[in-house]
Amino acid sequence: MSKAQKPKSPKFIFPKCLTGIQGLDDITTGGLPKNRPTLLLGNTGCGKTIMAMEFLVNGIVLFNEPGVFIAFEEKTDELTLNVKSLGFDLDKHIKENKLYIENIHIDRYKTIETGNYNIEGLFVRLAQAIDKVKAKRVVLDSLDILFNGLDYKILRSEIKRLFSWFKEKQVTAIITAEIGDTFLTRHGLEEYIADCVIILDNRKSNQITTRRLRIVKYRGSVHGNNEYPFEVNEEGVTVFPIISVAAQQKSSTQRISSGIADLDEMLGKKGFFLGSSILVSGTAGTGKTSIAASFATSVCKAKQRCLFCAFEEAPNQVVRNMRSINFDLDTFIKSGLLTFYYARPTLQNLELHFFAIRKIIRDLKPTVIVLDPITNLMTEGPNSDIRSMLTRFVDFLKTQHITVLFTAAITVGSIERNPSDEGISSMVDTWMMVQDIEVDASRTRSLCVMKSRGMPHSNEVRRFNISNKGISLSPLANFKPAGLPNAKRSAKEHENLSTSKASIGLKETAR
Amino acid sequence: MSKIKTVSKTAKDPDEEKYIFRLFVTGILANSARAVINIKEICEKYLKDRYELEIIDIYQQPELAITEDVIAIPLLIKKSPLPEARLMGDLSDTEKVLEGLHLFN
Repeated sequence: MSKAQKPKSPKFIFPKCLTGIQGLDDITTGGLPKNRPTLLLGNTGCGKTIMAMEFLVNGIVLFNEPGVFIAFEEKTDELTLNVKSLGFDLDKHIKENKLYIENIHIDRYKTIETGNYNIEGLFVRLAQAIDKVKAKRVVLDSLDILFNGLDYKILRSEIKRLFSWFKEKQVTAIITAEIGDTFLTRHGLEEYIADCVIILDNRKSNQITTRRLRIVKYRGSVHGNNEYPFEVNEEGVTVFPIISVAAQQKSSTQRISSGIADLDEMLGKKGFFLGSSILVSGTAGTGKTSIAASFATSVCKAKQRCLFCAFEEAPNQVVRNMRSINFDLDTFIKSGLLTFYYARPTLQNLELHFFAIRKIIRDLKPTVIVLDPITNLMTEGPNSDIRSMLTRFVDFLKTQHITVLFTAAITVGSIERNPSDEGISSMVDTWMMVQDIEVDASRTRSLCVMKSRGMPHSNEVRRFNISNKGISLSPLANFKPAGLPNAKRSAKEHENLSTSKASIGLKETAR
Repeated sequence: MSKIKTVSKTAKDPDEEKYIFRLFVTGILANSARAVINIKEICEKYLKDRYELEIIDIYQQPELAITEDVIAIPLLIKKSPLPEARLMGDLSDTEKVLEGLHLFN
């Protein structure tokens, strides 16, 4: 242990090396152990090489710490090509003498063992590489190749020697390895030599693959114990410590109009909070898209940008339909204030949709984003993976201070027993429900605010009128104040009569 | 670095072909010293006057460790005759060495 690592004052902070990987530095409270080796474990294709490479590239770009990559598996040109899509320009770093990639080829069949040996050759090459670029960070990818090529017993002690050599050399190292069946590593190394052990995992459930990260061990430091989802996209690796992101976000007190004066009135007379998440749920044909379009129109009228993600209707269909109720979306599309993203979601590429939308958001920087309807993304019913994906997305929007409006289609009578809807409603700030109810023997659209965090809001169920002049809300005549249970009951009756088709018919005539 | 050269007779038949070895060592380590002794013994016994042995200390010439892709030390590379053969270890297992160099009688 060097002097720097000895506690000198009560305020001792374990020396750490920032990875620059989004989220990872949060859950490790400041990065990997400085000047020590970290084992990065995981199965094939779970992102070890990419994460290790990002650690080096971030070191160069963000912290001016040159790096060495020892590649046992891939050749330099393959490696360069593979990470190019992530925006890593290895050639540039190599040219600037900030990065050195050394390819080491081990071929057991070509080499005959004739007695005792060590792997001093690797040490010499490492030392040379480190000196060449004055590296502070080193990656060895991967240990298994070494074990495949050399004697296990010799290697075990040599690796131990190598790990303490890293400490002597004052470099922070990541060593990748496949995960084993009985031990964490195939060779049971983690027990005594690594100061920090991170496991990556690539899990598949309901045809959705989720990558997860877990810190198994971190000598001398506190760390998050949970499994954290992570993504690899065109911007590299992002780990999602959900709680920490949510806790850091700033809440706005600014308000944004819903575009419906009467609705703003119900929401403490001012409308939604800027940067909040809003859910409009309701049965088919109750006017969810109309509310969304009204909001989008109002945002664009205020010369703010809006991204409308349509998962059900094609953009031109939305534009046509909304024109009939006096929302001229076309003008805003032409002026560039309104952007449509249209996709038919399938489970397999749900994650990709979020990537795509995220990319648009980064380019467009919209004030408001509409997802219509979010339930189309949840066709498989309640699924914790989809929920966590959605939570991550909402968290992302919150950090960007973007107001998001989801619509969610629910089936008639399923209000109480639709857990997926409940799942979303707990993560949103404002939740409105639109329903078809029966008033004086005729079907009427109604709207109520189920909840709206941080503001006084009306508990009234209001008549929700859609006409060729737009949307308005009016008090429900002849309707009992405790209307909601009645509404549910009548909704159930409607389900029995299977009148949902009739309600769609009603919607058409209203247009 | 030391170089031991023996004058070769003009190679006419395959048995008379000249052997060229490169032995990678690390100066101070016991394994390396043993390997040097062992290879010299084998060469003198089986390849007298028709071998060339170059001993390379990778501490002195680290760049050669890259060119020859050296990890394990000591490492003996038979450069000639082809095919190239790579033997790691202190060369104490004579049988394996002879097998590896195709020198068994």
